[in-house]
Amino acid sequence: MTVAERAAAGGEPAVALEFSGHLDAEGIGLLWERAMRAARRAGRRVLVLDLSEVTLVDTAGAAFLTSLETAHGGKASLEGEREQFRALLDRVRAAGTKLPTPVKLPPLRIRDIAAAGGRAAANGIVFVGEAALALVRLPRNHRVLRWQDLLRYADQAGVRSLPLVVLLGFLIGLILAFQSAVPMRRFGADLYVANLVSISLLRELGPLLAAVILAGRTGSAFAAEIGTMKVNEEIDALVTMGLDPMTMLVLPRLIAAMLVMPVMTLVLNVAGLLGMTVVMMAFGFPLVTVTNQVVGAVTLTDLFEGLVKALCFGAVVAAIGCREGLGTGVGPRAVGLAATGAVVGGIVSTIVLDGVFALLIYRLGL
Amino acid sequence: MSEGHAEIQATDVAQRFGARTIFEHVSFTVAPGEVFVILGGSGCGKSTLMKQLIGLLAPSAGTIVVRGRTITGRDGEAGRQGMLREIGVMFQSGALFGSMTLLENVMLPLEMYTDLPPAGREAVARVKLGLVGLGDAAALMPAEISGGMAKRAGIARAMALDPPLLFLDEPSAGLDPITSAGLDRLILDLRRDLGATFVVVTHELASILAIADRCIMLDRAARGLIAEGDPRRLRDESDNPTVRAFFRREVLAPEAA
Repeated sequence: MTVAERAAAGGEPAVALEFSGHLDAEGIGLLWERAMRAARRAGRRVLVLDLSEVTLVDTAGAAFLTSLETAHGGKASLEGEREQFRALLDRVRAAGTKLPTPVKLPPLRIRDIAAAGGRAAANGIVFVGEAALALVRLPRNHRVLRWQDLLRYADQAGVRSLPLVVLLGFLIGLILAFQSAVPMRRFGADLYVANLVSISLLRELGPLLAAVILAGRTGSAFAAEIGTMKVNEEIDALVTMGLDPMTMLVLPRLIAAMLVMPVMTLVLNVAGLLGMTVVMMAFGFPLVTVTNQVVGAVTLTDLFEGLVKALCFGAVVAAIGCREGLGTGVGPRAVGLAATGAVVGGIVSTIVLDGVFALLIYRLGL
Repeated sequence: MSEGHAEIQATDVAQRFGARTIFEHVSFTVAPGEVFVILGGSGCGKSTLMKQLIGLLAPSAGTIVVRGRTITGRDGEAGRQGMLREIGVMFQSGALFGSMTLLENVMLPLEMYTDLPPAGREAVARVKLGLVGLGDAAALMPAEISGGMAKRAGIARAMALDPPLLFLDEPSAGLDPITSAGLDRLILDLRRDLGATFVVVTHELASILAIADRCIMLDRAARGLIAEGDPRRLRDESDNPTVRAFFRREVLAPEAA
C-alpha cells in the first residue's frame, strides 16, 4: 500500500490509498493499522481508495474498506474498482457494521452484593421449605418417589466412596498423630496423642471430611445430573406430566445422602483411629495402651455428636447440589457452573454449619 | 363461559421479559379435534406461547382456559394441576429421561397415574411405541437413538395416558423430509384414530400445509398475532407482507430476512 496526496475527481485535495494484490483477511492484516492511521490523518481531505491494482476483494477486504471509510468519517470515494468489488461492498454496507451500543454494567456496590447474598440465602430457605413440603406430601404422592433410585444414589454416594473414605481417614489419622507426637513428646505427653486424635476425629474431622468427600464426589454429580436434565427440558417434561421434580429428583438424593453420611463418617473414624494406632505403635506404645487411652478419652456422646452432624451435613450438601442443578441456566456452560457451585457451596455451608454446631454444643454443655 | 366447548381459549395473552415485550394481545381459540398450528419465524415467541399453554410459564397478562379450567392468574394453580392429567407434551428434543430405556420412559406416566400391574404397563407402553414405529427400539437408551426417533419416542410418551389434548414443539425441525413427512402422517393418523386435539409449534412450511386445519402466525416485529386461519388460504389470499414472505419464500427486506 502506498499513500499519495493528489486531487480527487472533483479537483478537491485528496489522500489516496493505493492498494495492490489481494485484499483478503491475510493481506489486510499487515495493512490494517497503517491504513487506519492514514485514513484518520486525511482529516477533511477526500479519502480516495484506489483499487486499480487490486486483483481480489473478499468480505474481509470489503469490511476493511468500509472500516477505512468509517475511520475517516468524511467524504470518501473508490477508484479503479471492478464491478464485482462494488457489488460486494454494497452488500457489506447493507449488512450493517455498526456495533450495538454496549450495555453499561452499573458499578458493583456493596449494597448490591449484600442484596444478592440475601437473595441467595432466601432462595436457600425457600428450597428447604419446598423440600420439607414435598416430604410432608410424600404419603399422598408416594408413587413419585422411586425407591430404586434412592438405593442407586445411596450406592453411588456411599458404597462407592468407601475406598476413598478409608484411604483419607487412614492418612488423616496417620498425619495428625505424627505431627502432634513430635511437639507432645517434648513434654513427655506423647501418650495423649491418642486422646487428641480420637476426640478431634470423632467430633470434628470425621463428619467434616466425609462432607467434603460427599460435596466433591456426589454434590457435584447431583448438580450435573439435574442440570443436564434441565438443559434437555427433562424437568419441564416432568412438570407437565404432573410429577413434582422435588419429590422425584430431590427427595431420593437428599434421603440417600442423609443415610450414607453417618456410615461414611463411622468408617472414616475407624480408619483414622487405625492410622493413629499405627503411628503410636511405631513410637513404641503397645496396642493395649493405645486402646485404653482412646476408650478413656472419648464418650459415646462424642461419637453421636459427630454422627448427627454428619447427617445434617449430608442433607445440606445434597440439597445444595440439587438446588444448583435445578437452577441451571441455559447452555452447556451452565452445567459446569452448577457443578462448581455445588462443590463450593456445599463445602462452605458445611463449615459454616459446623461453626453453628460448635456454638450450639457449647451452649447446651454437651 | 360461552366458549365452554373450546379446548383452549386464550384471551389477550402477553409475555414480557423485563422491558422486552415478546408478544401481546394474543387471543385465539382451539376447537376440539383440530390440528392447530402455531407458526412464525425464529424468535417470535412460538415456544414461549406453548410454555404458557402447558402451564410452565405464567403469562405477563391475559387469561388462558384449557378444557374449561383457567390456568392463569392467582387461582390458576388448581387449574394447572387438573389440566396436567389431560394433556401430553412432546418437547423439541424429545426430553426423554436419559437414565431410562424408551420403554421405561413411556411406562413412567402409567406407573404414576394408573394401577396397572407391571406387565400391563409394559404391554400398553409397547403398543404406544409400536404406534410411532419404535416397536423394535423399546430396549434402547435415549442416547443410542437418532433425533427423529427421540421425537417419535417423545410423542409415544406424551400419549401414554391417551390425553385428549397433545402439544408438540417443533416435531419436524432438523429432520430430513422423509422422516418429517412420516411424523406428519403419524399426527394425522393419531388425530383420526384417537380423536385427539393437537397443538403443534413449527416453522416447517411443508408440514404446516400437510397437517394444519387452522393456524396462527406470530411475528417478532409486530410483537403479536399477524394472521389466523387456514394456512392454504393464508398462502393464497393474505396481503400481509410477512405472511406472504413466509408462505411463498419471498425475500422480505434485508434486515428481516
